[in-house]
Formats: sequence, structure tokens, C-alpha cells
Amino acid sequence: MKWFERMKKGIRTLTKRELPEDLWVKCEGCGEILYRRELETSLWVCPKCGYHFRIGHKEYINILLDAGSFEEMYAELTSADPLKFKDSKRYTDRVREARRRTGTNSALRTGAGSIEGHPVAFGVMDFGFIGGSMGSAVGEKFVRLVDRAVSDGRPLVVVASSGGARMQEGALSLMQMAKTSAKLTELSEARLPYICVLTHPTTGGVTASFAMLGDVLIAEPGALIGFAGPRVIKQALGLEELPEGFQRAESLLEHGFLDMVVDRRELKKVLAKLLEHFT
Amino acid sequence: MAILDFERPIVELEEKLGGLRRYAEQEGVDLSDKIARLERELERLREEVFSKLTPWQRVQLARHPDRPYALDYINRMTIDFLELHGDRYFGDDPAVVGGLAKLGERSVVVIGQQKGRGTKENIRRRFGMPNPEGYRKAMRLMKLGAKFGLPVISLVDTPGAYPGIEAEERGQAEAIARNLYGMAMLPTPIVVVIIGEGGSGGALGMGVGDRVLMMENAWYSVIAPESCSSILWRSHEKKEEAAEALKLTAQDLLKLGIVDRVVPEPLGGAHRDPEGAARTLKEVLVEELDALVDVPPEELVRRRREKFYRMGVWEE
Repeated sequence: MKWFERMKKGIRTLTKRELPEDLWVKCEGCGEILYRRELETSLWVCPKCGYHFRIGHKEYINILLDAGSFEEMYAELTSADPLKFKDSKRYTDRVREARRRTGTNSALRTGAGSIEGHPVAFGVMDFGFIGGSMGSAVGEKFVRLVDRAVSDGRPLVVVASSGGARMQEGALSLMQMAKTSAKLTELSEARLPYICVLTHPTTGGVTASFAMLGDVLIAEPGALIGFAGPRVIKQALGLEELPEGFQRAESLLEHGFLDMVVDRRELKKVLAKLLEHFT
Repeated sequence: MAILDFERPIVELEEKLGGLRRYAEQEGVDLSDKIARLERELERLREEVFSKLTPWQRVQLARHPDRPYALDYINRMTIDFLELHGDRYFGDDPAVVGGLAKLGERSVVVIGQQKGRGTKENIRRRFGMPNPEGYRKAMRLMKLGAKFGLPVISLVDTPGAYPGIEAEERGQAEAIARNLYGMAMLPTPIVVVIIGEGGSGGALGMGVGDRVLMMENAWYSVIAPESCSSILWRSHEKKEEAAEALKLTAQDLLKLGIVDRVVPEPLGGAHRDPEGAARTLKEVLVEELDALVDVPPEELVRRRREKFYRMGVWEE
């Protein structure tokens, strides 16, 4: 394996990215060494074991929307620092760093696009942007996206991925849960469908607001979905281990909290069929 | 009575004053000069301590074991309280109480997150941390209120939703989300009062209202200061700093437009005079409801949603 390690070092780039840039990638599910190009073709799902690698906003736009159909809106909207929050780092520095790393201005990208010809209002979160956490910017963009869906008469499709509400905006972040959920009542009144795709991981305030309010709820296989994170639960209950499969998409399906668990490679097709039924 | 560190000098002085009064009475001696001096000193000390409470001290007051809880307020503020039980899906959560009661002249639906007094009751009520059944019971009762034209009063007091295995399996997140959605469109007035702890989504799950009030020494935020400290500072020692940074006090939240009104507490905190605290809150609630009951439901819902849409600070 010596030649392989050398090669890895040779192509390592300096910028930290969500997805490995290396030519070869080890599957976190089965340990198989996979050729990057092959993995890309299989939409970052391991062809051997079906493990779903975490991907970012750009990938989901490419995978789910018709080529060239995405028309981004509110892209300039970004976080302010209303509490002048500073822990070990300044909040403004964390935001700046996240913007640089993800190439986007907030943890939620919003716009219009189409899925196999069906026009939709589309939102996608990026876990790479401060853990996909929801602060005022995410809440405001979500609300504007719903407004847009209503004014254009388009169904809403959102890909969620988040560690929860953003701590650095305090109660303002918390209120985004109420703000986004309240706004969805208007989408219902307009009788427009809302489909939410929950990806790994979706927890905390995002799950406990717009991510659980879809007319149809879909999750990717193996996605961790819950309110309290596993670490918090273990700590609170004094447990070493949590039950096998706990808070995974398959378990939520079994308990009746999801409509379906869909392989990423089938996701676009399933969304298109759903939209077909609703429109 | 449990005594917090910063309360100690006050309590000691109170004890001293009490002793002196008893002595003067028993012995029939005139110590009125000395007593008056001590009274002035006590007044000054109270003012000094309670006029500049730090956010962390307020968090401690909000968690004071003698602080009035939801049922303490309900029993003092209302008459004919009939507790109603169960979510009609799975069970009855003792961490959430609710029912019908008369506040002044008016019948209302009152719901609240309920902590326990003492270890045994606290275990039963999960320290006021609701399971999904609690949120679903609250929603059921709110809908009951809307159906019969009764306003809703929601008393929030929880460290957070219960982080349990069964709670997750029975849809803790879904239950909270459903309440946020349901409360946003409930066609009857809702007045929320953060009476003690407003711990994150677990608090907000019963916290969407036309008016959101907050007791002077309550706290309300996205996360408890200890948890914030351990995540962001990677240390349990920074809870005071976290409490400061989170802007979780009633005054801070009033400035941020998250809270509509701060309800003053008796000097020294609600636990020093639960009767007084309940009397003030009752007056405030009657006044708030008076202003809401004649607003047509559609208008009420429209305004309530608009109010939450305005929340947030961003740049573009």
C-alpha cells in the first residue's frame, strides 16, 4: 500500500473541504477503497455497501435539480452578530471562515429550479456551514423561500442537514424555529406541497421545526435524525451505548415518523413522481 | 429554605434583625433606633444585591428550589381549576399540566410545564422536562380552548425537552414542531409567560403566543449556559460567561423584541413572596387578555405570525 499513501500526500490540497479531494477514498461504511471518480458517478454512495457520504449544497443542487435550472435567490443574505458573541472565537470569525470554506453566505441556499421539469422552490442546507445551524439568516431565507413558493404557486422541496439552532445568536436563533414553522401554515393555506428530505445528520431545532413539518418526509439511508443528539442523551441518562440503529432513518420509519427512506441515487426520481401526483 | 450564595448576606441580616426584634419584645427594652438602623441597612443591601444581578445569578434564581412553579401560580391566580389529563395518543405526561380555570371573570385554558417540589415529585415530573406526550397534551388543550372560544395561558418553565430514548422514539422533535405550527394558527388568544426556565426548543414548544411575557428573573435561550459553555468553550467552568454572552435575561430579550413585557417580581425574587408574585402576574394577565379577546381570530393569527416573522437580525 506504500504507493497509495504517497499518492495521497501528493495530491492533498491545502483547503479543508467537506469531501475528500483525494483520488482514492476509503468508505466509512465498509472500509473499501474506492476510486473517487466512480464514487462521484454513484452520487457519493458507496457502490459496495450503500453507505451515503455526506455531501454539500453544490452536490445536492447537481443531483436533484435539472441541469442549469437553479436560479439562486437571496444569496447575499448572511449572518449579523446581534449579540456580539465571542467564545473561544469571535462569531464573526466563525461565519467568515464558514463562508470561505463552503463558498456560500449562509447554511441554507434558496432559489427556484425544476425537478424533471416540475418547477419547485428549492432550499438546501449545508452541514459544513457551522454545522448547518439555523440562525436568523437561515430563518429569514426559509421564510422568503416560502413566500416565493406561494407567490409563484410552486411546491417546496427542502434538503435538511443541521446540528440545530445556532448558539451564537441566542434566543434569536431559537425564534427561527417558530418563524419558519409559522410560515409553513401559509404554504398549507395555499395548498402547495412541501417535501422535506432529511439527510445525515438532522437534529435539534431544525428537526423540531420545519424539517418535521413536510407533507411528505423522506430521509436518506442511515441518516441520524432526532431532537437531542446522541452525546446529550448518553450524558443525561448515564449510558455508555445507545440501542443499535437508534435515531437512524430506518428506525424513524419504523416508528412512523417518516414516509420513506430513499437511496440518494433514486431521490430525484422519487421527488419527481411525488410532484407529479401533487400537481 | 435553600439559600443562594449571593442571598446569604441578606438572609443573615434578616435573621439578626429578627433576633433583635424578638429580644426587644421579650425583654421589653426599647431597641427601636438599632432596629431602624438595621432595617435601613437591610433595605440598602437588598437594593444593592438585586439591582445588579448578573445573568448567571438570575439563572440561579430562576432555578431556585423554592421558586413558584406552574401549579403554584395556577392555584393562586385562578379559581375552579380542573386539571385535564392525557394526550389521547399514548399517555399523560406529569411534566406538563393543564386544564380549565377561571382567571378573574373569564374561563381560560391554562397549560404549564411543571417541575416537582422535592426529589420524589421531581422524578415523577422529570424535573419539568416534557416528553412528546406533554406537548401533545398541551396542543390538545389549546385546541379545546379554540373550539370553545377560551383564551390560552401557557406557563413555561423547563430546562428543556426530555432527552430520553423513548422520547426520541415517540417523536420529541415532531411533537415540538407540530406545536410551533399549531400555535401559530390557533384561532384564540395565547399569552405565554416564561415563569422560570425557558430552556430551548423544549420551552418554545409551548411558547408561541400573541404576547410573550417574562418574569423578571426568568431566563430564556437557545441553550442552557452550562451546555453552551461545554460546547463552545469546551469547559464546564465558563457558565457565567456563557450566561452573559447568550443575552438570556428578561431585559435583554425585551430589547431584542423576543419578549413583549417583563413582569416585575417581589424584591429578592418570586420565591421570597410567591403570593405577591402571583398577584402581580394575575393583574398583568387579566390586562393582557382584556386587550386580546375582542380581536377577531383571523386578525389575531395574522398579527401573531407577523410578530414572529419579524424576529431575527441579518445582513444583506
